[in-house]
Amino acid sequence: MAGHNESILREPLITGKDITYAQITEEILSPVENKPNKAWWIGFILALCGATLWVVSVGYTFWFGIGAWGLNKTVGWAWDITGFVWWVGIGHAGTLISAVLLLFRQNWRNSINRSAEAMTIFAVICAATYVVSHMGRPWLAYWVLPLPNQFGSLWVNFNSPLVWDMFAISTYFSVSLLFWYTGLLPDIATIRDRATGIRKKVYTIFSFGWSGSVKTWQRFEAVSLILAGISTPLVLSVHTIVSMDFATSVIPGWHTTIFPPYFVAGAIFSGFAMVLTLLLVVRKVLGLENYITMFHIESMNKIIILTGSIVGVAYLTELFIAWYSGSQYELYAFQNRIAGPFAWAYWLMMTCNVISPQLLWFKKIRTNIAATWVLSIVVNIGMWFERFVIIVTSLHRDYLPSSWTMFSPTWVDVGVFVGSIGVFFTLFLLFLRVLPSIAIAEVKMILKSSSEQSKMKLIKEGNLDKEHVQEYIGSLEKFDSVKQEDYAKI
Amino acid sequence: MSNIKYILGSFGDPDEMLTGIKKLQENNISIYDVYTPMPIHGIEAKLGVKRSRLDIAAFFFGITGTITMLTGVYLATVVDWPVNIGGKTHFALPDFIPITFELTILFCAFGLVGSYYASTHLFPGRAPRVMDLRATDDRFVIAIDAKQNTEHEKIDELLKGAGALEVKHNERKYISYE
Repeated sequence: MAGHNESILREPLITGKDITYAQITEEILSPVENKPNKAWWIGFILALCGATLWVVSVGYTFWFGIGAWGLNKTVGWAWDITGFVWWVGIGHAGTLISAVLLLFRQNWRNSINRSAEAMTIFAVICAATYVVSHMGRPWLAYWVLPLPNQFGSLWVNFNSPLVWDMFAISTYFSVSLLFWYTGLLPDIATIRDRATGIRKKVYTIFSFGWSGSVKTWQRFEAVSLILAGISTPLVLSVHTIVSMDFATSVIPGWHTTIFPPYFVAGAIFSGFAMVLTLLLVVRKVLGLENYITMFHIESMNKIIILTGSIVGVAYLTELFIAWYSGSQYELYAFQNRIAGPFAWAYWLMMTCNVISPQLLWFKKIRTNIAATWVLSIVVNIGMWFERFVIIVTSLHRDYLPSSWTMFSPTWVDVGVFVGSIGVFFTLFLLFLRVLPSIAIAEVKMILKSSSEQSKMKLIKEGNLDKEHVQEYIGSLEKFDSVKQEDYAKI
Repeated sequence: MSNIKYILGSFGDPDEMLTGIKKLQENNISIYDVYTPMPIHGIEAKLGVKRSRLDIAAFFFGITGTITMLTGVYLATVVDWPVNIGGKTHFALPDFIPITFELTILFCAFGLVGSYYASTHLFPGRAPRVMDLRATDDRFVIAIDAKQNTEHEKIDELLKGAGALEVKHNERKYISYE
């Protein structure tokens, strides 16, 4: 870092004047070290109501069995797997941000990775609850593990994608947790060294005795890089395997080779949408506008356009292949999606996932916080409907017209889904209170190279191409946290 | 003076701290360790911290995972309970690639993080060995063993000259150790 100045053309990652290291610590830790405000309590109570609904619905399912859901003999998989795939998809952004963007040296990941990873972990927890609650006999959940069991030495079916999925999800969850927690150690140590009394004791236990010595930091960076390297293919493998749950079956509309890349793109798409939904609120409520800047928001929106367009191309390819394959069952499955009784769900999916994200091509829209927030929720809705369309519309009209049927959820289906959102927000809001929502050490790392104040210093020193400076100042216009009048003087 | 165990130079800026390290080393004063709130690139070479071998460890942990899964699946599907699925081979390798990959990653990640925690002595509840509480906040601290380097006044001067905001003479090694 010494003697190295970042190009003036790069937009700043930390805005604000005279930001010091102490100030970064202070501002990021303020929700952890102070009593929560009203907004937090309102959010928390609402989320807790949702979580209670989840407990009631899942408890009801455990007591009365899967019959409590709206499933029937034709549609044997509906809201449960829809919710599962939706949550796993959302859980993709965190590790993508922390791993893939680390490998590509994208420094803007530094201020969003912590909360995105937390989100990943909570989303995967929500997904895992679906796995257990759909089992019918959840007390036998350990049967999915490859245990040499005493019920006859029959093993799990290693050829089954559902078994692969168990391996993928549990590996993904535990590796994400390791990655997240190792990254948290220095920040927990920061809280520890500022705290007193019982808080100090608790954070001492969880800080693992972090000291910040040279060797610890050097090894820390080596570990982060290797974890990023192995997490990158892991992220891609998880949703690939989730898609194989469908793609290796013989159901028309499911058994397509396009599924793995299409599901992975969809997962990143919905994951980033959820990160935006959460972070736009967090930055406002916690006053973190200087760290999560318009540049971060715009970058995430660009990823949303890219992955949303990949998803759109995949939808169209599916339609083309349904016709081109010459398989009448395949073609019928898609005709039924477009114009059948669930066509409303198909068109809702198309609108939310393909058409509305295209609005982000307009700079005005992708740098507008309210518009971005609304679009991110639209994407989340669209991605839920994508899974609903794939699952329910492919199943409800099978090979025998005599068994054709419709699917409608019961209150328990709805309760489990809405409740899982409550569980997710409960965990996320608790996280905001006890752990720093931004990686403090990683933000400090880029303060001297990529902050607005360091660029301002460079401009004041002169020695820069005038055109470049003009372009840089022009790029700052979209930032809601930058004061333009500071630049008018120069 | 004789009770002083460690001299701490506390800097507010990482570049000034690097100057401090350079000056101390020019004067043949050995540095015990440096504590910073964030990683400072290039500092490990100056202080003679060797290259990490965690990557090699990670590779072998990963390979262990690969072998474990392939062996386990072979024992289950060929030796212990072969199932005839349409006359196909019992050990259907392509089917086992996804899970073998997952176990490779799982073993690699746990082995890597486990070795990291072990080699840097990190574990839940370990008493933190902290010399300056602000080293995890906004100070970059150079620690010098006062018993080995006896010219204390010279050290003070060098540290202050490099821009240290504060120089402490600690009679205890770790202030947090109670």
